[in-house]
Amino acid sequence: MGKPLSILVASALALSLAACGSYGGSDEAQGSTGTPSSSEPSTFPVTVEGTNGQVTIERRPARIVSLSPTATEDLFAIGAGEQVLAVDDQSDYPSEAPMTELSGFEPNVEAIAGYEPDLVVFATEPGDLGTSLEGLGITALQLDAAPTLEVAYQQIEQLGVATGHAAESETLVREMRSQIDQIVAGAEPSAGLTFYYELDDTFYSVTSKTFIGQLLESLGLENIADAPGKGSGGYPQLSAEYIIESDPDLILLADTECCGQSLQTVAERPGWAELAAVTEGGVVPLDDDVASRWGPRLVDLLRQISQAAEATEANAA
Amino acid sequence: MSRVDRPGDPRLSARSRATAIGIVALVVAVLVGLLVGPVRIGAANVLRWLVSFGSPPPGMSEQQALILGDLRLPRVIVAGLVGASLAASGAAYQAVFRNPLADPYLLGAAAGAGLGATVAVAYGPSGALDLTVPIAAFVGALVGVGLAYGLGRSHLGGRATASLVLAGVAVASFLTAVQTFLQQQRSETLRQVYTWILGRLGTTGWDDVRLALPSIALALATLWAVRRLLDVIEVGDVEAQSLGLNVTRLRLVVVIAASLATAAAVSVAGLIGFVGLIIPHTVRLMVGGSYRSVLPLSILFGASFLILVDTLARTVVAPAEIPIGVITAFIGAPFFIAVLRRNRRVA
Repeated sequence: MGKPLSILVASALALSLAACGSYGGSDEAQGSTGTPSSSEPSTFPVTVEGTNGQVTIERRPARIVSLSPTATEDLFAIGAGEQVLAVDDQSDYPSEAPMTELSGFEPNVEAIAGYEPDLVVFATEPGDLGTSLEGLGITALQLDAAPTLEVAYQQIEQLGVATGHAAESETLVREMRSQIDQIVAGAEPSAGLTFYYELDDTFYSVTSKTFIGQLLESLGLENIADAPGKGSGGYPQLSAEYIIESDPDLILLADTECCGQSLQTVAERPGWAELAAVTEGGVVPLDDDVASRWGPRLVDLLRQISQAAEATEANAA
Repeated sequence: MSRVDRPGDPRLSARSRATAIGIVALVVAVLVGLLVGPVRIGAANVLRWLVSFGSPPPGMSEQQALILGDLRLPRVIVAGLVGASLAASGAAYQAVFRNPLADPYLLGAAAGAGLGATVAVAYGPSGALDLTVPIAAFVGALVGVGLAYGLGRSHLGGRATASLVLAGVAVASFLTAVQTFLQQQRSETLRQVYTWILGRLGTTGWDDVRLALPSIALALATLWAVRRLLDVIEVGDVEAQSLGLNVTRLRLVVVIAASLATAAAVSVAGLIGFVGLIIPHTVRLMVGGSYRSVLPLSILFGASFLILVDTLARTVVAPAEIPIGVITAFIGAPFFIAVLRRNRRVA
């Protein structure tokens, strides 16, 4: 993964800086990052910037409830996993995240309050969740779906500040930045390859205006949904005819879990078996969850896609 | 076809004219549906392809033949079948319930199908949109209608139709509530179910034709066979009974046939509203109220209408798509109002 070493370095650095810091709770980083993390000097209260404006956090939170799968991944990746008390029913990664019945789509304020959290992180605002929680004296931080990679980075850093893991979050962002830059730089030659990104098996797709679309565009790939998706809000439903005629070099399946799609099911669709992507190994099954979140695993997703693009190109050459 | 009509009967000429228009409309709709699409395939090519029964003529690429044969043709056929089913079931429901507002979804077919599809998406094997969902929707629609009929029938008295309609409303609300509950429990299925509900002709293939054709053919043949009795039952239960008609049994047969057609249509196309209302009423405005003509013409015009609407669905924002259910209401409502107004002026 490449992460552990740099995190180790960062942790050592933070440790030396934080020689005087002392907390009650232990503060171990997660198994996935593998290294004992440190604590920083107690700088609370802190103020962070969420989608719901400035949020002040009085004390280092120790009972965090996350209703956002992305935030859950972020929290665990920056070593704040120990402070997480409960996560929503969609937060299935990492596996040690304490998944509960709580729902981020239909949040029940009473059920959330029952956990007596000192910080609630959520993504979508299905009503007035934030203000309801504030009314109960619970600090609520909204981190809505990131429109750009920069915002995704900022959210990780804000979570770092909010949980007392600022240094780890900065390290993680630096790591992600350099890895993604590396992938993008290495992907340059694959310019000219076309792709179809499939959201579900009724051919909903994404344009380059969307978060994931921008990332794919940065790999030098050409999106067949861009022309039809003009003025569609970024998520057009393509017609099968058009996809077949476009004959994209890559078919990126972001519906392997929701809709059970695979190379086999794609090849079985009427008229699809002859597509270049199908016959020449350009069908790339993605992890739906990773593809719909804006967390640390984006790096893996991009690497997978860029490797597939390289292989396809090597095939064609 | 029609034995009793004497030549010179003004209704006859109106009817044969309407039949001719209907047949022409269907042929035109099929041709338009095959010719127009996001991928440009020359009209000459399509026609040559058609007369050679699907073997690609010289000058036509393999891919174009594939698009015509595997995508457009099954889609046109399914759209036609679904349009015919919805229009004919609408007409039949309007007759047996003596209610001009009756539509194919009146007795809980839509709610049942929605619940069936939701169960399949939420608990079925993943990738269920292929075949499990249509079948589950089909079963759901029949269960919905069966429940409504069973509950409505037990309070007959002299108000059979009213109690049946009320039972349908109650069953539909109940099934919808169950569906909403399941969707809320499995929020990750929301998108899929929603897409399905809006209509799903975008992924139609020959599988869907095979799935829908038998039930629809059986149901339409049944409705066709009893079309003259519909005129009798529409007058009133007591009157029909006095003419020696077994009203309860006829109603049961019609409800089963119309529900079968609706269920098959819903299972392959999702919920497409409005066709079952506007087509029969437009036909009535053209040829009068006798079901001897309303039913056959509803089949013709329903099929033509939905084929044309589906062509719009895949061309208006081509190469993207618009859910067909959106267009039927969007086009259908103003069209229907225009027909109503014009007819009032003439009459």
